[in-house]
Amino acid sequence: MPSLIDLRRRIRSVRNTQQMTRAMKMISAARLRRAQDRVIAARPYARILRELVGSVGAALRSDEELFHHPLLVRRPEQRIQLVLITADRGLAGAFNSNLNRQAEQFLASHHESEVVIEAIGRKGRDYFRKRDVPLSGAHVGLAGRAMYSDVAPIADRLIERYATQQTDAVYLLYNEFKSMLSQKPVVMRVLPIEIPEETEQREYIFEQSPRQLLESLLPKYVRLALYHAVLESTAAEHAARMTAMDAATTNAGELIEKLTIYMNRVRQTSITRELIEVVTGAAALE
Amino acid sequence: MMETILLEVATPDRLLVSEPVREVQIPTSHGYIGVLPEHAPLLAELGIGVLSYVTGNETKRIAVSGGYVEVRPERVRVLADVAEPSGEIDVERALAALKRAEERLRHPEPGIDIARAINAMRRAQARLAAAGRPVEK
Repeated sequence: MPSLIDLRRRIRSVRNTQQMTRAMKMISAARLRRAQDRVIAARPYARILRELVGSVGAALRSDEELFHHPLLVRRPEQRIQLVLITADRGLAGAFNSNLNRQAEQFLASHHESEVVIEAIGRKGRDYFRKRDVPLSGAHVGLAGRAMYSDVAPIADRLIERYATQQTDAVYLLYNEFKSMLSQKPVVMRVLPIEIPEETEQREYIFEQSPRQLLESLLPKYVRLALYHAVLESTAAEHAARMTAMDAATTNAGELIEKLTIYMNRVRQTSITRELIEVVTGAAALE
Repeated sequence: MMETILLEVATPDRLLVSEPVREVQIPTSHGYIGVLPEHAPLLAELGIGVLSYVTGNETKRIAVSGGYVEVRPERVRVLADVAEPSGEIDVERALAALKRAEERLRHPEPGIDIARAINAMRRAQARLAAAGRPVEK
């Protein structure tokens, strides 16, 4: 049976842990709010850009040559680029392990083609580095405060490799922020680009040639898709960590309760034993 | 005849402006255009310069660079790579950037990108102009 002192020590230690998990939960809650604000703030640009690409695409729909644009051409997917967006830090429940498992599944289901991983986030990088899977690049320290200007160069390299036919398709794999309680890994193809359908047709005056316009729009579209994925993943990360830390805090509370009851019982036992000793001692004297 | 036209200015990070305006001046890559309500649909690339618009009796200015402009009769949408409203501009920094760019152009060292230096200079000038500081020559 553990001694009283041991139990007290144990309870104190669990209480310390609980304080830590509670603090982490609060921090995550604050960061989540900021991350959510950023996702929402980035939405108008994304929406307008999508509509713009749709409009310009529609205006050019008859242009045969357009469909030979390097970023629109579909070819057999022999070399696939997978961009894996994880978190830099753990303690976020199944956030990272779900992603890495999904990535493994992606590799398994595309085994007939060559898949190269580009890791954004330390957890994904470490996971595949440990398994000796070659990475085309790794970016650590981005998540959390990624600005558009940080993400754009990464997208540009993906675009370049695609345009020069070093890769035949580019997929993003990241956690989508569904709600506070649910984050879902999603796979999204960003290259080749699928031009969104524009429902309303409109005749525009073009200051530049529409082709020229589309050529500069398309890379931006890819950059924004990546930026959006990074923002979503950041929000999802904080939500996951918040949930995980909330659960940990509750568990610690339950453990403390159990240990306290146990400790009381131990103390009661020792008091009872001492009493019995006193009573039997007194009885023996009679 | 509509009195106003809806102006939306967005950067990848945020939506800056979304309000009805009476008129707007936009720097395209081919020069400034003025847009009034019921303008014909137009698509253009955004240049470097000062976007200014009139709401109520006020004229507001935003330094912008790079992006797109889409005009429809009832709305103007500006997608800017960078946009800074006049109130957020750091005049000191813009002045320093301008000086640096001018210096670079005056004494071009081999290996520097002239086009980049010119653009940096124009961006700094646009920021100063938007902040209400005339560029002294």
